[in-house]
Amino acid sequence: MITTRDLTKRYGRLAAVDGVGLEVREGDRYGLLGPNGSGKTTLVRMLLGLVFATRGEIEVLGRPVPRRVKEVLPEIGALVEGPGAYPHLSGRTNLRLFDAAGPGGARRDRDRRIGEALERVGLAGIDRRPVRAYSLGMRQRLGLAAALLRKPRLLVLDEPTNGLDPRGIREVRDLLTELNAAGATVFLSSHLLGEIEAFCTRVGVMDRGRLVLQDELAALRGPTGRVVLGTPDPDQVVGLLDGRVEQRDGGRLTVRHDDPAALNAELIAAGVRVTEFAPERRSLEQVVLEATTTSSDRVAAKEDQ
Amino acid sequence: MIRVELAKLFRRPRTYVIAGLLCALPFTVAVFLATTRIPPPPGQGGAFLSAVLSNGALYPAAAMALVMPVFLPVSVAVLAGDAVAGEAATGTLRYLLIRPVGRTRLLVAKLVALIAFVLFAIAAVLITSLVTGLTMFGGEPSAGVALPADVTSLSGVTISPAGLVMRLLATVAYIVVSMLGVAAIALFLSTVTDSALGAAMGALAVLVTSQVLVTLDAATAIRPYLPTRYWLAWIDFFRDPVLWRDIERGIGIQLVFLVVLLGAAWANFMTRDVSD
Repeated sequence: MITTRDLTKRYGRLAAVDGVGLEVREGDRYGLLGPNGSGKTTLVRMLLGLVFATRGEIEVLGRPVPRRVKEVLPEIGALVEGPGAYPHLSGRTNLRLFDAAGPGGARRDRDRRIGEALERVGLAGIDRRPVRAYSLGMRQRLGLAAALLRKPRLLVLDEPTNGLDPRGIREVRDLLTELNAAGATVFLSSHLLGEIEAFCTRVGVMDRGRLVLQDELAALRGPTGRVVLGTPDPDQVVGLLDGRVEQRDGGRLTVRHDDPAALNAELIAAGVRVTEFAPERRSLEQVVLEATTTSSDRVAAKEDQ
Repeated sequence: MIRVELAKLFRRPRTYVIAGLLCALPFTVAVFLATTRIPPPPGQGGAFLSAVLSNGALYPAAAMALVMPVFLPVSVAVLAGDAVAGEAATGTLRYLLIRPVGRTRLLVAKLVALIAFVLFAIAAVLITSLVTGLTMFGGEPSAGVALPADVTSLSGVTISPAGLVMRLLATVAYIVVSMLGVAAIALFLSTVTDSALGAAMGALAVLVTSQVLVTLDAATAIRPYLPTRYWLAWIDFFRDPVLWRDIERGIGIQLVFLVVLLGAAWANFMTRDVSD
């Protein structure tokens, strides 16, 4: 769905995006992670033909961007760096204007499509109040509704849950899951690990303009070769697994063991009572922290650099 | 897209506020003139102002002469400066472009909306000033209008009501072309900066500089090429016979400004990164 090769954007000497080779496949739930200022938004803007690359190639839905971006944009729903709406008009009027502005939105079913999109994002009951009076969360939902107007094959969402409360975040996640199940590819960027971890199947990590990591979430969160187990008899376990217990926290033990099944059998054979047993996986946070260097909005003193 | 731009223009309260302010200026002047009956001395004050005291039907022309030098260009510069930069500021520019609206189409639609605004504002001023003139100064438009002596070289020439309408329409067309020149300056700046205010200020700076240089004898050499030099040339439509020389030059200058600046605006907007 999206492929980029050596994609680079320079602003003067600063490379905002540097040699990125993105690969998003059909049906993916792709999450682009990265600290603020790591180039996520610039990358998203280049995919949509808003910002022109200094070097490299972009292909979206099989067509080169920005050369043939006009052909692909009607099939993309996007949210770029916060929603945008005319503040003195109502949400519905805003959607009507946006729909009428581009090609492909038939006038006959416009009101029906707008109604459906508003319903999907939980704004079915909005009245004639101007967008000026909306809360940040409502604006975000309106932006999502605008992205869904044309039943897109590809959703490109930059920080889609910004400004939403936990319930709202959950609703948006459910909505995206539903759309993905119906065949839409979802590409979202976020600096929130939890959001990506809860929704995405594939993850890319950006750091200072470079794509430092790109893989299946399951592969990234590979087993660490340790097992976490809970037991009311910790001393017995320590005695049994001599030297292999790496951490002990009351009844919770972390044990180095390559084969969780064998370990489990061993414990049960020894008559150890086990209340909890799980192979330890790396958290996405660990993965990201290992892959990235420093927070880019941190301005360190000269000596530190 | 043009329809969307027009809808945006006429759904915005500020359009009507600006038009209202434009209408208020000639009205205020008319109130003072009608109560005091003191005409400006010949050669001073706005064109036609002494003539309207005897015939209110000429007041629309006087109203044009009042709003044309400052008020109308300021409002056009503000709206045109806001055209692209304002969309960038509300964050709607990127959503229009990914709808997708072609960048060229967007600029054309903006320009058409600006023309619509100028026509709307002028129409509002003409209608309100005609009503104002007829009620405050009286006058019988059907009897024909005597062209005022301070404008025409010949005094007492009378033109028919149809002739007056024709001349007013020609005036409107000329003013629209002049205002397009202003719009082109502000629209170009609007594609350069993300600040609507900055674009409007830039355009006004150009116009004010031009107005100052027009009156400066030391700048005689460049005077014919200044954008504001022939702004009031439409007054020549009210001479008999019509004096075409300045009108033609004025249109020529505005067309050059229009082509060059719109070209620059287009070239800049097509290649610009939209990263507001």
